[in-house]
Amino acid sequence: MSTPKLDPLEPRTLLPSTVVKEDEPVLVADAKTGDLNAFETLVGRYERKIFRLAQNITQNREDAEDVMQEAFLKAFEHLPEFQGNSRFYTWLVRIAVNQALMKLRKRRPNQVSLDEEIDTGEEKVFRDVEDWGPSPARRYEQAELGQILTKVIGELDPAFRVVFQLRDIEELSTEETAETLGLSVPAVKSRLLRARLKLRTKLNRYFRRSDKS
Amino acid sequence: MKCIGIIKELSNYLDEALDSTLQASIEEHLKGCEDCRIVVDTTKQTIQIFCNSEPAPLPEDTRLRLREALRTRLRRARA
Repeated sequence: MSTPKLDPLEPRTLLPSTVVKEDEPVLVADAKTGDLNAFETLVGRYERKIFRLAQNITQNREDAEDVMQEAFLKAFEHLPEFQGNSRFYTWLVRIAVNQALMKLRKRRPNQVSLDEEIDTGEEKVFRDVEDWGPSPARRYEQAELGQILTKVIGELDPAFRVVFQLRDIEELSTEETAETLGLSVPAVKSRLLRARLKLRTKLNRYFRRSDKS
Repeated sequence: MKCIGIIKELSNYLDEALDSTLQASIEEHLKGCEDCRIVVDTTKQTIQIFCNSEPAPLPEDTRLRLREALRTRLRRARA
């Protein structure tokens, strides 16, 4: 089965990660028996996404590489505990995000807390309301767009960017995100709203009609 | 409903997690408020752009180090 090519302009559609390839249960079963080749096939399928997740959360390339390695090693070691109640990728994301948060806390022990209350006061969302026009992402090359997205998500507070990463990039449910991060469902919803609004404001710099058309 | 109410329900509206009465009330407001229409539309586009973005290819040296780390650790675990 081939991976569908995605157009960032099309309405939300199935991502490669959501298209569970037919052979995945077999690969997972083989990997559980210690078959490294089967596991390497799974690694090849998801390494880019896990690396991006790690880089978005840690904001450090070296840390992201460590996180990716540790996440895949842990996944292999704990595969016998994987019951198949969720998708393999969702399970892998949970491992990776926990590794990434540990790395981030080690680097900035006093700055990273997902537990503290976050000001959810109303942001000045109407301060710079400008239409983007249709297909704003098409104005940029894919690599340039990728750099813009990495930059703006990196400008968010970790407590916001982790929630956004899990809900809107990895497409975990609100409940899965809450469980992964040890947060309540209302806390996830509140942070997701703030993250979305903040990112919208940051992307305004790149996508408003007046700058580039 | 006022503009601030739209912002409070924005995520639920975009995630289609509202009851039909509230949804209709938001849509009624959007018909007459261009600022809110733009905020809703650009927030929706923000989510779509991130969600549909392809991760960059893994640098070859990073990929090789990952494979090597996996093989080394797993060989050690089996020994």
